[in-house]
Amino acid sequence: MASIVAQFLNGLASASTLFLIAVGLSLIFGVTRIVNFAHGSLYMLGLYAAYSLIDRFGPTPLGFWGGVIGAALLVGALGALVEVAILRRIYRAPELFQLLATFALVLVIRDAVLWHWGPEDLLGPRAPGFAGSVAILGKPFPEYDLLLIAVGPLVLVLLWLLLNRTRWGTLVRAATQDREMVGALGVNERWLFTGVFALGAFLAGLGGALQIPREPAQLFLDLTAISDAFVVVVVGGMGSIPGAFLAALLIGEIKALCIGLGTVTVGGVAISFSKLTLVVEFIVMAIVLIVRPYGLLGKPLAMQRGAGAPVELPARPDGRAMALAGLAVLAALAALPAAGTPYAVVLAIDILVFALFAASLQFIMGPAGMVSFGHAAYFGLGAYGAALLLKRAGLPMEATLALGPLVAALGAALFGAFVVRLSGVYLAMLTLAFAQIVWSIAFQWDAFTGGSNGLVGVWPSGWLSGKTAFYFLTLACVAAGVFLLRRIHFSPYGYALRAGRDSPLRADAIGLDIGRLQWVAFVIAGAFAGVAGALAGYSKGSISPEVMAVSRSVDGLVMVLLGGVQTLSGPLVGAAAFTWLQDTIARNTEYWRAILGATILFIVLAFPQGIVGQLAAWLGSRDRGAPEGMVGWRRRRA
Amino acid sequence: MTAMLELEAVDTYYGRAHILSRVSFAASAGEVAVLLGRNGAGKSTTLKSIIGLVRVAAGAIRFAGERIDGRAPYEIAKRGLGYVPEDRRIFSDLTVLENLEVGRQPPRPGAPTWTEAKLFELFPNLAERRRQPGGRLSGGEQQMLTIARTLMGNPSCILLDEPSEGLAPVIVDQMAAAIRGLKQAGVTVLLSEQNLHFATAVADRAHIIEKGEIRFSGTIAELGANEAIRAAYLAV
Ligand SMILES: Nc1ncnc2c1ncn2[C@@H]1O[C@H](COP(=O)(O)OP(=O)(O)O)[C@@H](O)[C@H]1O
Ligand SMILES: [Mg+2]
Repeated sequence: MASIVAQFLNGLASASTLFLIAVGLSLIFGVTRIVNFAHGSLYMLGLYAAYSLIDRFGPTPLGFWGGVIGAALLVGALGALVEVAILRRIYRAPELFQLLATFALVLVIRDAVLWHWGPEDLLGPRAPGFAGSVAILGKPFPEYDLLLIAVGPLVLVLLWLLLNRTRWGTLVRAATQDREMVGALGVNERWLFTGVFALGAFLAGLGGALQIPREPAQLFLDLTAISDAFVVVVVGGMGSIPGAFLAALLIGEIKALCIGLGTVTVGGVAISFSKLTLVVEFIVMAIVLIVRPYGLLGKPLAMQRGAGAPVELPARPDGRAMALAGLAVLAALAALPAAGTPYAVVLAIDILVFALFAASLQFIMGPAGMVSFGHAAYFGLGAYGAALLLKRAGLPMEATLALGPLVAALGAALFGAFVVRLSGVYLAMLTLAFAQIVWSIAFQWDAFTGGSNGLVGVWPSGWLSGKTAFYFLTLACVAAGVFLLRRIHFSPYGYALRAGRDSPLRADAIGLDIGRLQWVAFVIAGAFAGVAGALAGYSKGSISPEVMAVSRSVDGLVMVLLGGVQTLSGPLVGAAAFTWLQDTIARNTEYWRAILGATILFIVLAFPQGIVGQLAAWLGSRDRGAPEGMVGWRRRRA
Repeated sequence: MTAMLELEAVDTYYGRAHILSRVSFAASAGEVAVLLGRNGAGKSTTLKSIIGLVRVAAGAIRFAGERIDGRAPYEIAKRGLGYVPEDRRIFSDLTVLENLEVGRQPPRPGAPTWTEAKLFELFPNLAERRRQPGGRLSGGEQQMLTIARTLMGNPSCILLDEPSEGLAPVIVDQMAAAIRGLKQAGVTVLLSEQNLHFATAVADRAHIIEKGEIRFSGTIAELGANEAIRAAYLAV
């Protein structure tokens, strides 16, 4: 009994934490429709800033709480700055570009933290006055956790009052629906958005700062926090603050339950529930999204007025010039081993692998109009599929190269069946959930997948053991993959897919089964990502769960977005630029992320219409001000 | 009388489509002016150009003697120019009172000051519905709410885009009475209309627009006497 109560309270404390991480994200999305990938970074900054401030003020009550609030305020101010300097300029840009800008911020903030605080974990002091524990039914329970339990509901109530009982809140809610009209009524709606962003950032910073006595400040917290936040926001319903609270409660308690259950033996089989904690939130998210496509308390996203983004140009079939250019590139690549250094060959293998990965992601993002936050899952399934068939089933390497992608395709077929029933940001989140589930299986199933260490000795057959031979294999596979993807893009199936993306109602009316078309696209993309993954495994000789971590999915997105979502050569160029930049900068400085992030930000700000849109505009092949149109997840599937 | 609102050779584009060309007309302080034209003639675009929702490519717009073209809508509204959109654009999740709150601006010298109570007198239907979400109101009530919301800004001049469109005849009469009430309170009104009847009932002066160009400007009486113009530019 006592331990059940203790676990329940633990669950409440972690629910509060989750709520604080997520609520700002939901608020910002609800009002601005920007999915702020940097929200986790703001959380991480809050933790670091609190560490430093408390260190300076001293661990007195005043110093501690002053430090916590000060850190949250600093992060809030940074949020305002980011909104004014960056986001404000791109509200009308294609929304994937907005996403790219916030990715860039993740990179920049990560390196800024590394530069200022260094790579070591920093553990802050305990909270004065809340350092001990109280006995609850005879069991000790940390006082600080009791405090946290109170903070969550308190923040919920204060936010509710702010949004529903103040003029500012009324204006914000109005702007959520129709920001242009709010402006026409004499309110400077830009500052409203700045305020919302600052408030959201403040809440993220507060969430981080309040963790100071509980967990050390660490560099990877940005990505773990953002994935927690996404889960809570999506489960609760994007933009719904009470929804976020409910979701945090649900997930916090389910996690606590898993820890409390520990290992349970059912009919002779030991099930380790505590191991489930890494993945249980994603399972919850997947279930909720399958049952309630808009989350617990969410509503279908209405179109927001006054934030129209231009529609991107569709891809056109290649002319002869393009085909010749493609052949020239291929010829140059074929000549590389003879001309380049061995290192160039190794780097080229990486680039080729990522080019295929990015091209496969572009295939579902471009023609199919589905944004995936979890495409690395299929890369990883291909890599693990091939490696496990080689190591555990003893199949020859050549066979695994074909069967690994099949594993990926099967995974995509299974997950895709659920994914294509959603749209927009919810769809993206479900792909993330599935990817995290796959990742955690690979991460935890020590006996089969090698757990966090992964698998070693994944070497190609003898005749491919030379780098040059393997390079040619990679080149052949990637060239064939890219060529096939292009053919599919311009096949009748590809046109049908694009029709479904651009005009679901009309496509439906002429008898196209959009869900099925998208599912097929998902499977195709999964298979090609699997080819890339299998090649990646053999090129390194080992694989680890890293190959399907969130960061890998994010890398893929950045490659595609950098190159341009609606161009077929875009992802190839994006992958090459990204991989090469990463490699080159990483060899010269620790801070390659910041440089990459700054480059991306520059591109986003210099070409707010997208590189493709900008080029097209320069070439004069497009209307000056495109008519109001919505792309991606602002468009509701009726 | 001095011109409260003045357009001088205004050109507006949507993308490459040239919508308004050299539109010029003026509204004097205290009068009700009507912009008449068929569907697609450019009435809404003219009003949006004035309030700054679409960018003016050439020409000048003056309000109370100062240039306002090129400014953000909120700046223009803050100077006392109210805008009531054609499609009402009610905040459907907000209650009637909250909708009014969004429109609230400080009192303005030289313009009547409105309060919720006064507006509920002008539009009694809204009073009973003050705590209901805007999305639940009938079309006529939404039309009243959108006007009331703009009046909360205490404008000295108000732009009304087809206020009688799609309303039941009784409500149209109420709307005409409300517009005459505004005039009496000293507010300059510029409304757009397709309906000559309604225009004749409320307006002092008419400007006819066709394919983005002004084809006639004169008093309502002059328009009434000019059969040829009416036949050429207004729907039968
Ligand atoms: N957002 C827009 N994009 C492109 N063209 C538009 C847009 N809005 C209106 N138009 C065009 O501009 C012209 C004038 O429209 P509008 O001002 O709405 O006319 P009215 O209000 O007189 O009916 C019409 O031909 C219409 O098709
Ligand atoms: Mg109109």
